[in-house]
Amino acid sequence: MFYRETGQFKTTYQADQAVFPIRQDRIGIAIILLLAFAGVPLLASEFAISSFFIPVLVFSLAAIGLNLLTGYTGLLSLGTGAFMGVGAYGGYKLATWFPDVNILIPILASGFVSAAVGVVFGLPSLRIKGFYLAVATLAAQFFLSWCFVRIPWLVNYNISGAIEVPTRTLFGIPITGPNATATTRYLVTLSIVVLMTWLASNLVRGRIGRTWMAVRDMDLAAELIGIRLYRTKLLSFAVSSYFCGVAGAMMVFLWFGSSEADTFSINQSFFILFMVIIGGLGSLVGSFFGAIFILGTPIVLRALPGLFGLSIPAATVEHLTFMVLGALIIFFLIVEPHGLARLWQIGKQKLRVWPFPY
Amino acid sequence: MRAPGGPEVAVGDVLLSVENVSLSFGGVKAVSDVSFDIRKGEIRAIIGPNGAGKTSMLNIINGFYQPQQGRIMFKGETRSKMRPHEAADGGIARTFQNVALFRGMTTLDNLMAGRTLKMKKNFFWQLLRYGPAMAEEVEHRHRVEQIIDFLKIQNIRRTPVAQLPYGLQKRLELGRALAMEPDLLLLDEPMAGMNLEEKEDMSRFVLDVNSHFGTTIALIEHDMGVVMDLSDRVVVLDHGIKIADGTPDEVKGNQAVIDAYLGVAH
Amino acid sequence: MDMLYKIFLDPFVQMASAPDLLVQTLWEGLVSGVLYALIALGFVLIFKASGVFNFAQGIMVVFAALTLVGLHAMLRDWGVSSGTAAAYLALALTVAVMFGLAFTIERLVLRPLVNQPDIILFMATFGMTYFLIGLGELVFGGEPKLMIADDLHLPRGAIDVKMLGGFVSFQKIDIAAAAIASIMVAGLALFFQKTRIGRALRAVADSHKAALSVGISLEQIWVVVWFAAGIVALVTGIMWGARSNVSFALEVIALKALPVLILGGLTSIPGAIVGGLIIGIGEKLGEFYWGPLIGSGIESWLAYVIALLFLLFRPQGLFGERIIERI
Repeated sequence: MFYRETGQFKTTYQADQAVFPIRQDRIGIAIILLLAFAGVPLLASEFAISSFFIPVLVFSLAAIGLNLLTGYTGLLSLGTGAFMGVGAYGGYKLATWFPDVNILIPILASGFVSAAVGVVFGLPSLRIKGFYLAVATLAAQFFLSWCFVRIPWLVNYNISGAIEVPTRTLFGIPITGPNATATTRYLVTLSIVVLMTWLASNLVRGRIGRTWMAVRDMDLAAELIGIRLYRTKLLSFAVSSYFCGVAGAMMVFLWFGSSEADTFSINQSFFILFMVIIGGLGSLVGSFFGAIFILGTPIVLRALPGLFGLSIPAATVEHLTFMVLGALIIFFLIVEPHGLARLWQIGKQKLRVWPFPY
Repeated sequence: MRAPGGPEVAVGDVLLSVENVSLSFGGVKAVSDVSFDIRKGEIRAIIGPNGAGKTSMLNIINGFYQPQQGRIMFKGETRSKMRPHEAADGGIARTFQNVALFRGMTTLDNLMAGRTLKMKKNFFWQLLRYGPAMAEEVEHRHRVEQIIDFLKIQNIRRTPVAQLPYGLQKRLELGRALAMEPDLLLLDEPMAGMNLEEKEDMSRFVLDVNSHFGTTIALIEHDMGVVMDLSDRVVVLDHGIKIADGTPDEVKGNQAVIDAYLGVAH
Repeated sequence: MDMLYKIFLDPFVQMASAPDLLVQTLWEGLVSGVLYALIALGFVLIFKASGVFNFAQGIMVVFAALTLVGLHAMLRDWGVSSGTAAAYLALALTVAVMFGLAFTIERLVLRPLVNQPDIILFMATFGMTYFLIGLGELVFGGEPKLMIADDLHLPRGAIDVKMLGGFVSFQKIDIAAAAIASIMVAGLALFFQKTRIGRALRAVADSHKAALSVGISLEQIWVVVWFAAGIVALVTGIMWGARSNVSFALEVIALKALPVLILGGLTSIPGAIVGGLIIGIGEKLGEFYWGPLIGSGIESWLAYVIALLFLLFRPQGLFGERIIERI
C-alpha cells in the first residue's frame, strides 16, 4: 500500500537506471542520511559512537572493498586484514612525511599504496583460479603481517612497535589524536564512507561492474564478449585494496588512534569475510548489513543475560558469542546463502504487494 | 551493422576460411585437415553425427582452441593462433550449446555486457558516472532496446537470468551475441532442447538477423529440417574429417553423408 | 655482490661445514612435515569424498585432543585408578565423540547444504570452526593443557646418534609419529583404492547427483568420511600435543596445511604426504639458514610463498588432477 511504484513513470533511460528509482526509496535514503549525520551525533552517547557507530562505518567500508573483489568479481581473498594494514601504515608514513598537509589527504592517499600492493598480490590471478588464488592472498596476509612487525621504519622506530597517531586538525577542530572527540571523528568517517560508497555504487552499476560480474559468472563467456580477463581482475584487486586501505587508515587514525601488532592479522580477514558472507555477496548494502550484524550481535549477546536477570561470567559470554556466531553463519548459509541483502530484497518485494500476499 | 576496422569484405566474398586445420587432445584427433570457407552474408551450416568435431571447429574459429596445424583467414588476415578476445574484437560472436549466460545478472545486464567492447569511457568517468559515462550508457541502452524489441523479450528485462525458462535463455544468448554487432555469428545448436514452436521462432530470428542486419552466420544444428530450410551452404564433418561441402540439396543426396548418419562402418 | 654471496653461497657453506646440524634441521623439518601432512590428510579425505574444503580440520585436531585430555581428567576424578586404563578408556570415548561429531555435522550442516556451490560449503566450515572454538573453550577452558603422553605409553626421550663430526638427536616420540603416520596413510590409500566404500567415496567426490542416481547413500558416506577425518584429527592432535602443548594456537597452524595441499594436490593422499614433507623441510631449512639474513620468523609466510611459486608453474600440484575446462 505504501511501497507502490504506480504513477511513477520513467521517461528516460537515465531515470530508469537510477540507483533509487522508486520515490519511497529516495525518501528512505534521505531519512537514513539525515539520521546518520544529525541524529546520531545529537542522540547517541560518545561511548556508543566510539564503540559501535565508528567501527560499523570502518568495517562497512572494508566489507565493501572485499565485496568488490569476492562478491562482484568472484575472487576469494583472505588478505583483507593485510591490505587494511598497508593502508594504515602507508597513511601513517605519508602523514609524518607531510605534516603540514591536511590529514584527509594521507588517509585518502593511503588507499593508493594499498592498491599497488593489492595489484602485486593479484598478479597470480592470471594463471590461478578460485580457491588456489585464496592461498595467494593468504601468502600476502602472512607476509605483510610479518612486515608490519619486523620493519620498525613503518612505525618511525617507535619503541612500542605501534603507530601513535598525531593530532591533526580540520578547520581548527582536532580530528585525530587524543584531543579529537568521538563525534568529530564519527562525522569525518561518515563523510568519507558516504562518498566512497557512492563511488563504489557508480562503478558497479556501469560497464566496470558488469565486466566484474561477467568474470565472476563465467569467465570463458566473458572473454568471448571481448572482456580482457587479466586487466579486469587486476582492476578489481586495485579498487578493492584501495577501499580496504582507506578503511585501515581510518581505523588507525579515526578510531583507535593507534595500532597493535595483531590489528591486521588473519583473524581480521576472516572477520570481514564473515560480514560479507552474512551481509550478502555482491551487494553494497549487504556490506553494511553484515558489519552491523557481526559487530552488533556480540553486543546484544553480552547484554542479554543482564536483561534476563542472569549473571554469566564475561569469559563464558565470549565463548557463547563464538558459538552463536558460528551457528548463525551456518544457519544463514542454509536458509539464505545470499545473505541479509537478499532477505532485505525479499522483504521489499513483499512490502510492494502488501497487504496482498503475492 | 558493421564492426569497425579491417578491410571491407563484399557480400559473396569469402569472409572466413579455415585451411588444413587439425586439432588433437592428447591422442584424440578432434579435427583432421579440415578446410572450408564461409562467404559474407550467407548462412553456413556445419553438421555431422555426434563427436564429429563440430563444436571443436567453432572453438577454433573463436580462439578457444589453438589448432596444431593449419590457418584461419578472417577478413583478409591470416593467422594460426587467435585469442577469444581478439576474435571478439575482430567481430566474431558466438553462442554455446549449454547456455553461457551470466547467471548472476538480469537480462538487461547480460545484453549491456554484450556492448562492453563498444563502451569506451574510461575508469574515472565510470567512477563519476554522471556526465559522459551516463550518456554513453544511455546510448548503448538505446541499441540494446532495439535488440530487445527485435527478440520480443521486453517483459523479462529485469528478470534474473537463472529464473528464465530454457527457450528464453537461448534467445537471450542470441541477443547478447547480437549486441556485439558481429560480422560473423557462430551458433552452436541454437535449437537444442526446443519444441516445434520455439524452433520456428528461433529459425525466424536467425533468418531475420541474416536478412536485416546482414550478419554472416555459421550454425551447428542436428535438426535436418532446420538445416535444409535455413542454410545457403552446408559442410559435413564425420570423425573430424570433412566428408561433404555444398548446398543443402547436394549434401542431402551425398552417399557418404547418409552412411555417416546411419552409422555404416567405413 | 656481497648480497648475492650471502644468499646463494653462504648458507650452503654453512650447511656443509656443520653436517650434523644440517641433518638435525632436516630431521626437524621432516617431523613437522609429517604433522602438516597428517592435517592435510584430513583435508584430502573430506575433499575427495564430499568435495568440501573443510576449513574446520584444524579446530577438529584441537577439539579431539582437548576431548581426550578432558575425558581422561574426568575419569581420573571419578576414581579410575590406573592412568593407563583411564587413558585408553578416554581414547575409546573420544573416538565415539568424533563419530558423534561427524554424525551431527552430516545432519545439521551437510544435508541441508547438499548441491549448493562449493564456496557455500567452504564458508559453512568457517562457521563450524568458530562454533567449535567457542564450544571447546566453554567446555574445556582456554588455557593450554598437557597431552597425556605417558598414560598412553607413547615413547619418551631421545636417541642421540654420533654422526658427521657431531651428534644428532632423534626424539622417540617423533619417530613414533612418523611411523604411525605412515601406517595410517598406507591404510587409507589402500582403503580408497581397493574397497567398495572407497570407490563410493571417490564417486561422491566427483558428483553428488550422479552418485545418488546409482544408489550411493550420500549421508552414510559423509558420516564415514568425516569420522575418518576425525580419527586422523585425533591422531594428529595426540602426536602434536605430545611434542608441545594442546592449545587453540594449533588451529592457526592448521592453516599451514593449505600450502601442503597446494603442493600435493587437493585430492591425493600420497600428495599430502609429499607436500607436507617438502613444506616442513623447506620451512625449517629456510628459517635456519636464510632466516638470519631476512629477519627471524619467516616461517610464518615462507610456506605460502613456496606454495604460490608452485602454483604459478603447476596449478594442480604435484599429484593433483589436471582441471580441464569443458566448453
